[in-house]
Amino acid sequence: METILSLLIGGLFAAGIYSILRRSIVKLVIGLIMLSQSVNLLILTAAGLTRGNPPLLPKEGFVTGQGYADPLPQALVLTAIVISFGVISFTLVLLYRAHQKLGTDDLDKMGESDQ
Amino acid sequence: MFSIYLMLIFFLLTPLVSPLFKFFKEKANWVLAVFPALFFISMMMMIPTIQYGPKIISLQWVPSIGVNLDFVFDGLSILFALLVSGIGILIFIYAGSYLKNHPLISRFYVFLFIFMASMLGLVLSDNIILLFIFWEATSISSYLLIGFDHENPEARKAALKALLITGLGGLSLMAGLILLGSITGSYTISGMNPVTANSPLYGLTLFLILLGAFTKSAQFPFHFWLPGAMKAPTPVSAYLHSATMVKAGVFLLMRLNPILGGTADWHLWVTLAGTTTMLTGSVLTLGQKDMKGLLASTTIIALGILVTLIGLSTSLAAKAALVFLLVHSLYKGSLFLVVGIIDHETGTRDITKLHSLTWVLPFSAFSAVLAAFSMSGFPPLLGFISKELLYEAKIQAPSAGEIILITGFLANAVNVTVAALIAIKPFLGRKKKISHHIHEVPFSLWLAPFLMAVAGLLFGFFSDSLGRLIISPALAVIHAEPTVVKLKMWHGVNEVFLLSVITVLTGIIFYFLYPQFIRMAGKLSRLRRFSISTIYERFLTGFQKFSYRVTVFLQNGRLRYYLMSVLIAMILLVLLFIFPFSEIEWKLEITDIYFFDLALVVLILIAAALVLFTSSRLTAIVALGIIGYGVALIYALYGAPDLAITQLLIETLIVILFALVIFRLPNFRSFSGKLTRWRDAFIALASGAVVTILTLKAGSLQFHPNISGYFLEKSYREAYGKNVVNVILVDFRALDTLGEITVLTVAAIGVFALLKLKRKQK
Repeated sequence: METILSLLIGGLFAAGIYSILRRSIVKLVIGLIMLSQSVNLLILTAAGLTRGNPPLLPKEGFVTGQGYADPLPQALVLTAIVISFGVISFTLVLLYRAHQKLGTDDLDKMGESDQ
Repeated sequence: MFSIYLMLIFFLLTPLVSPLFKFFKEKANWVLAVFPALFFISMMMMIPTIQYGPKIISLQWVPSIGVNLDFVFDGLSILFALLVSGIGILIFIYAGSYLKNHPLISRFYVFLFIFMASMLGLVLSDNIILLFIFWEATSISSYLLIGFDHENPEARKAALKALLITGLGGLSLMAGLILLGSITGSYTISGMNPVTANSPLYGLTLFLILLGAFTKSAQFPFHFWLPGAMKAPTPVSAYLHSATMVKAGVFLLMRLNPILGGTADWHLWVTLAGTTTMLTGSVLTLGQKDMKGLLASTTIIALGILVTLIGLSTSLAAKAALVFLLVHSLYKGSLFLVVGIIDHETGTRDITKLHSLTWVLPFSAFSAVLAAFSMSGFPPLLGFISKELLYEAKIQAPSAGEIILITGFLANAVNVTVAALIAIKPFLGRKKKISHHIHEVPFSLWLAPFLMAVAGLLFGFFSDSLGRLIISPALAVIHAEPTVVKLKMWHGVNEVFLLSVITVLTGIIFYFLYPQFIRMAGKLSRLRRFSISTIYERFLTGFQKFSYRVTVFLQNGRLRYYLMSVLIAMILLVLLFIFPFSEIEWKLEITDIYFFDLALVVLILIAAALVLFTSSRLTAIVALGIIGYGVALIYALYGAPDLAITQLLIETLIVILFALVIFRLPNFRSFSGKLTRWRDAFIALASGAVVTILTLKAGSLQFHPNISGYFLEKSYREAYGKNVVNVILVDFRALDTLGEITVLTVAAIGVFALLKLKRKQK
């Protein structure tokens, strides 16, 4: 299953990069969203996948040999999801304001407005 | 010990220079000269000690990497230290008058202080790393001194030239010294054993170190920075050319002679460089009209002579080199300072325009004549002894003696000519002809050249003590076997004496032919196009243009080009390092594929394609939602319910936020052409492929033991939580979570501020 997911990760990454390379500011934000989805999946997949069996312990606590899913990458991804939300919402509002102020949605023209 | 602290304190004293000038005003140069004087006296007091062998002082600095403040006091270091500090005293006094009322005079003294202290540190260092640090410090401080007149573009150019050439040599020297340190296993020169030519790294080490020494000592083909360095204020030129800077390379060769010298390679390259430099210097000298230019070119000759002598590797040659070094420092310093006085008073340095100056500048005339006699090697001055030794050493050269002797003869004859040009031409003439604007200079100006010239005379009289007390211990450093040096004035009429006479006669013939030389140089000036200096300048301009183009290409101010370079670098580097890893097995089993998962993945990929190619903003939002929820489902399937919940929540928020903003933004537009889109698509697909390969690889790699077992085990027992992911977040890695909360807060404040700003404007 890792193989299929790896393809998905690569596909989302490529889509994200292609979007970021556009000159339109909206595409930039869309690219960021897809890129962070891809990287989150990457962290989880790279650590090895376990279908079902979440790391939730039974009442008596830890029992060896249960084959739980790895909890550490999950914790990392959880942080990453929340951070990327912060980044994306900030970028979105920033670009919205920039568009209002500068009257263009072309990243190249935004750079020129500094001069 | 005292002297070492004194030298190190020089560096710390530099901030005090400016207040001293405020306090003592025009007498500050005398106060400042006390510091080199103290050092000079402390070195004089060391002379009796070093007769019994070198004295080493070591202070800990960075012992872990073998860099300590190791200093050595032996004949060689004392000789150089005496020259540097002794001439330093005179330069300090002279410069105060020379640059009187200059607005930046205190800055000048700061540079001069740093320069002198670095030079002293360089000659006293026993540790090669320390030596290198001081070496670079002299390069940097001489850059500041040469470019002191920074409003003059020529001075800036000359300063940069000196810095680039000596800096290049400095890099090479560093590599060479580190190699030397690793070959000999010691970073102190006193602890090194001689490196034999059989050592596999000998050739490379020698090449790198020689390159360093040759650039600093202006050997061919690096000689061209030296004439430029006379753009500095004259006291600096005098100092750089006589006792310091250019002698650093000669010093290094002398210092390393017992370790690297004596081999056939050493003999060949050092002698070759020296002889070529002598010849180049002689050719460059003839035909110049600028007095400073004449002196600068003869410095090139002198350096060539010194390097040739070191290359000869005989005890006699080393002795001749040491005596000539001393003589040259004294007469060159004196003549430069006299030229400075003439320039200061008349406003010109053109020998064809100057005459009759004896009537107004008697002390300068006296100093110039005395120094010129030393330069041309007349008895009873030290210069005579030096020249006799030079010829003797060259006649007894182990090989290629004829070439060395002929070049040396030419070089000495040119020296005689220049001595006559400087000391006779500007001073002869009738009193009536002289302009009334020229006056005698104050005591503080004529004292320095006068003392240096007189020193050349006194050393001639007391040559015996000089040879015994200073030259012998110095020679013992260059040539390990102890020799007692006897310097004698009169050797009788032998072939060496006859050579001296012919040299002087040739020099005088050149002097009378000099107008012809000037005319010839004028005709040949077109050849300057092919000079090394011009090649250097072409290269520099070309390199600047190249850097400009590269900068404009790379730093174009467009985010996506930066991103592209990062991505392309990532793709290439990953591919470069992945392929050698071929022994890692690829996790390519396709047996464990569930239909539901596959359908989900395909759905997400279709949604991603839709996002890219749709022109409707609403479709894009919906497709983004599909991607987000799809990913959430994958999390749920693979044992990560917490992730799934968070993802659902966040995705919903993003879609709402996006929907709010996107309709205030213009429609999707395509700004780029077809070709650009294909290029971007290629980069995107390539980076996607690299990420896929990395993910596949990562499954089969385990660099460190997995720590998840620890979390699973301790989660309930120590943190009393059954949801391990949550326990990690709020307990094991709670600080991370705190950081995350901070980031979110900052983002929220940012969003709030951005939206609030808009309201105020309305």
